[in-house]
Amino acid sequence: MRLAVGPVLYFWDREQLLDFYRDLAETPVDIVYLGETVCSKRRSLRFPDWLEIGRMLVDRGKQVVLSTLTLVEAESEVGQIARVCRNRDFMVEANDVAALDVLVESGVSFVGGIGLNIYNARTLSWLRRAGMVRWVPPVEMSGEQIGMIVDEVTASGAEPEVELFAFGRMPLAYSARCFTARAHGLGKDECGFVCGNYPEGMAAGTQDGRPLFTLNGIQTQSAAVVNLLPLWREAAESGVDILRLSPLPQGTAELIRYMREALDSESTPELPDIPDKALCNGYWYGRAGLESLGRG
Amino acid sequence: MELVVPAGSRGALHSAIEAGADVVYLGLRDETNARHFPGLNFSAHELPATVEHAHRMGCKVYLAINTYSRAGEWKRWEAAVGAAAESRVDALIAADMAVLDHASRTYPDLRLHLSVQASATNWRALRFYRDNFGIQRAVLPRVLSMTQVERLAERDVVPLEVFGFGGLCIMAEGRCLFSSYACGRSPNNYGACSPAEAVEWRQDGDVMETRVGGVLVDRFGDNDAAGYPTLCKGRYQVRGSRVHAFEEPVSLNSLELLPQLAKIGIHAIKLEGRQRSPAYVSRMTRIWRAAIDAVLANPDKFAVHRLWGEGLSELAEGQQTVLGAYARVWQ
Repeated sequence: MRLAVGPVLYFWDREQLLDFYRDLAETPVDIVYLGETVCSKRRSLRFPDWLEIGRMLVDRGKQVVLSTLTLVEAESEVGQIARVCRNRDFMVEANDVAALDVLVESGVSFVGGIGLNIYNARTLSWLRRAGMVRWVPPVEMSGEQIGMIVDEVTASGAEPEVELFAFGRMPLAYSARCFTARAHGLGKDECGFVCGNYPEGMAAGTQDGRPLFTLNGIQTQSAAVVNLLPLWREAAESGVDILRLSPLPQGTAELIRYMREALDSESTPELPDIPDKALCNGYWYGRAGLESLGRG
Repeated sequence: MELVVPAGSRGALHSAIEAGADVVYLGLRDETNARHFPGLNFSAHELPATVEHAHRMGCKVYLAINTYSRAGEWKRWEAAVGAAAESRVDALIAADMAVLDHASRTYPDLRLHLSVQASATNWRALRFYRDNFGIQRAVLPRVLSMTQVERLAERDVVPLEVFGFGGLCIMAEGRCLFSSYACGRSPNNYGACSPAEAVEWRQDGDVMETRVGGVLVDRFGDNDAAGYPTLCKGRYQVRGSRVHAFEEPVSLNSLELLPQLAKIGIHAIKLEGRQRSPAYVSRMTRIWRAAIDAVLANPDKFAVHRLWGEGLSELAEGQQTVLGAYARVWQ
């Protein structure tokens, strides 16, 4: 079982991003996804900066994948995606069909991200033939469903690698509207980059005091952190090859080390404390995503 | 410019045709479409006669098979596509690549429209679906500004259909998991947002609470109308205040954009509401029929008739309508 770190979903400044990847380079992580996937206005790092971080990580033995924008509306965004997809150094993760269009046209191998709606073996096989070598299932898919789909495509002899979104706040929705700006009484066009003040998003709770959502610009995430890391054996049985951790401002590097150790010693990981964060795993069991069942 | 009207029941279908729909769109009575609610839709058995009746009345029929087929249950989606082809519907509205691929190879004469649930918001996505599955039209998600719709129309990748009136999804369609996060079922995995069995109305003294999957969506006092709860229209605690973090309960109404939409060559206007009553469908359709006829007759003189505006507001959620993402300021 390999470990991956997904793209940073929040708006961090240049220094925070550079520090994060410098730390990550020292961990036993296998795969690192780079790039801005939420809002095209966020530009702490420019494309050449991302490529440079990528080369630094490759030098430390990591596989690097460039991840693309998820909600693609403006012509400029389509252009930006084409540029990422046509880079000559790294594999690309497609989070929108716009990226698929470029990648399939170019005839290169790619990763199919959670932003693509791949819900069954037929779609998966079609994309496998089109060059998709790794599949990150939608976060709402159960372990049982993932297992069934993997069995079905394996029987047809064309199984891609499977990467599970195993830790972090789950992306739940994307909108034309920026909710962080809205919470500040601003429109998207004059947002003033207020999302930069929320390095792990802004909480939105119910009126009876239950944390529910995390507002992250045009993206809305779960308030609870999904944690499927303790379930790694079940995940492996369902055909999962890679566990993805979605970055949080603190503790990601530490978590990678703990998890690597647990995998190597074939034990259930003793995870470091994750203070003030509700955990969930309901989707894995085919339940409501916010539920937390059994261990995990 | 085609007027495409929802028909969730036999009654709504008759109302739509009578009120001047060019097309009615419907779904089968199962998870293959995104309005999988009890008591709605048509059985595969009823479909041929329904299509024949509509055709006799001069109205086309589109069938929505616009959910994502679940692992191990492909037969259901396959059967739905077969029923569509055999019933001679005028087009199939689909989102799943598995469904599009199967339909395009098995029934090459069956016209395919890309559902809004496929979330194709740019020309490259549209081109991908056109070149690989032969789609002949796409329904645009309700996340694009008018300028972005115009740019897409200029690209002329496929003819476009846009939403005119009805429920307003705040999130990009086909990419929203709010409902399954709270109750396990979503449009993508089950064909319904906030399914009836997960919804609760609880009276607590003077306060009415609405919940989805046990999650509190909103609390209403005596004077507030408590609408059907969807998580994106609820009130939450954000930065210390109780607010509509995403949107208020409102409906989309793009009537005032009709001349522009006609001018840029939008092929069809879609009205939302397969869950609505025949009376609602009739009223909505009459207004849009009159408006489209007025635009086609004289686009430069078009003005939204006061009675049209009032009529649609009365039908709207919370009696309020907005332009949604079409207006940049809304974003």
